[in-house]
Amino acid sequence: MHRDLFKKRQYATLGQQYAEPVPAINNEIPAKDIPKGLVNKCESCGELLMAKELQKNAHTCPHCGHHFSVDAPTRLSLTLDSDTFEEFDAGISSVDPLGFPGYMDKVHKAQEMSGLAEGIVTGQGKISGFPVVIGVMDARFIMGSMGSAVGEKLTRAIEKAGQLRIPLILFTASGGARMQEGILSLMQMAKTSAALERLQEQGTLFVSVITHPTTGGVSASFASLGDIILAEPGALFGFAGRRVIEQTIRQNLPDDFQTAEFMLKHGMVDKVVHRAQLRDTLTTILRVHGLRGEGSGDTTGI
Amino acid sequence: MATQLEFEHPIIELQSKIQELRQFMQESGMNLNDEVDKLERRLLELKSSVYSTLTPWQRVQVARQPGRPTTLDYIQGLCSEFIELHGDRNFRDDPAIVGGIGLMDGEPVTVIGTQKGRDTKENIHRNFGMAHPEGYRKALRLMKQAEQYHRPVVLFIDTAGAYPGMSAEERGQSEAIARNLREMAGLKTPTISVVAGEGGSGGALGLGVTDRIFVLEYAWYSVIAPESAAAIMWKDSGQAARAAETMRISALDLLELGVADGIIKEPEGGAQKAPAQTIQSVKHQVVSSLAELKQLSIAELLQARYDKYRDMGVYFERSVDKVST
Ligand SMILES: [Zn+2]
Repeated sequence: MHRDLFKKRQYATLGQQYAEPVPAINNEIPAKDIPKGLVNKCESCGELLMAKELQKNAHTCPHCGHHFSVDAPTRLSLTLDSDTFEEFDAGISSVDPLGFPGYMDKVHKAQEMSGLAEGIVTGQGKISGFPVVIGVMDARFIMGSMGSAVGEKLTRAIEKAGQLRIPLILFTASGGARMQEGILSLMQMAKTSAALERLQEQGTLFVSVITHPTTGGVSASFASLGDIILAEPGALFGFAGRRVIEQTIRQNLPDDFQTAEFMLKHGMVDKVVHRAQLRDTLTTILRVHGLRGEGSGDTTGI
Repeated sequence: MATQLEFEHPIIELQSKIQELRQFMQESGMNLNDEVDKLERRLLELKSSVYSTLTPWQRVQVARQPGRPTTLDYIQGLCSEFIELHGDRNFRDDPAIVGGIGLMDGEPVTVIGTQKGRDTKENIHRNFGMAHPEGYRKALRLMKQAEQYHRPVVLFIDTAGAYPGMSAEERGQSEAIARNLREMAGLKTPTISVVAGEGGSGGALGLGVTDRIFVLEYAWYSVIAPESAAAIMWKDSGQAARAAETMRISALDLLELGVADGIIKEPEGGAQKAPAQTIQSVKHQVVSSLAELKQLSIAELLQARYDKYRDMGVYFERSVDKVST
């Protein structure tokens, strides 16, 4: 596709210097299939897995450790204490600001298929008794892309965490900014980052949890701004798409390129955590964080 | 230096016809002044009709023309004194982003921008104005310094995007851009960005979270380049013209969508036709806009900046009854 692009592009043949424009969108990586049947085949090792077995293993393969994609409701139930979730802003959904061909059809299909109004679910809940504001992106919803509705829900959740002064946990899964809303999607990167700036100024904890895939405009905004950044094993986490990069540097990339493990090695992630341990890890972070300052005071300094 | 664009061919043909006639007059001694005057008038009309009706895709082509002023050209026109400052103090100096301090109408200012090359050799050195993470980090270092010493910041954006390479990913392209978005949102000094040519997605936004955003008349700014959008939408990058329209990436679109605060008019045919005039228009806008921003206290400035980005985007909200349990 990109080779064609290079050939056909008119301005490349005018004797001018050529530079590949880089989108904040990565359309290369679809979310992994979510297993639905009673018996599923592991897409990594090929083992047959019973639905019950998968569920018991937090939707990971007990044989090879492969992490299957999970939808937002599943993620919430894996993460939060039962019956503690209160949803925010469930009534927010997308409109079509550019009059983009086929966009509303895409939204309606995604709504039907996912049962969600938009590509992120936000709300408040508890993890091992610790109150948190939580946001979970759903990669099934137009590749988890961020348009105005996702940006607004996120920003409100960030502001709510600030008002309540309770930690914010965001699970990311996204191809990046939503092309169909054009420049307004790009601006959601600025909007969410501005809200996080205030949260950080205030000193409220933000933990970002990178799940497969987290790329483009989401990777280059709130996903990378966590005080602590956790990632699930094997999750793709990076800015530009593999094909775009290979086209640019004209060489093949290593297999582990832009995986959570690769990003850990390069210092972009604090810890890669198996999904089955994620709740415990978050609990530890919240407990340690909750003990700060109490009694000792924030003002003692060093 | 600028290449001819397809839609300019009738203009160029007419121009060369006029020139030939003039030469013929000189050589033959015949008086064809009336004829030449007529053609000159037709040329003016033709130019105005061609350039006033450019399609979004034609505008993209103008925005990519070599010979348009680059950041260093703007700096030279804006500042009476300027010292370029280098490096991110961490990895290296990224030549794709330049920045430094200077005086603009006697006032101290920090100017930063993506830097395209003015010829092939410089373009290779500048990586076509596509920055690595260290470029964004250098920009942030200079912005933080401006904040500390109460200098306003002026940023120039003209890039196809942040560099998509292995080295850039390894050093955290995402993190570098994300951090700039966050830090620029809270920078305690007035900031103005000017999209001077190409506003390529996250790589442009990484220098673009500012109190005011001005867009040059023929510049484009988009979440995705028209060719890439066309490749995704219609599996055909040749449909870029259609994508350019659909994506609403031209200056007027950006103003209507509430992203741009103003459009800076370019000379007829684009900035490359009269760079000095363009630079003066930009300077005029930046100076008057800064004077306006300086009226605000830092608290007012930051609140207005927050509100501006807070309001960006459109969505539907259905009222949901709170279920009490
Ligand atoms: Zn397996």
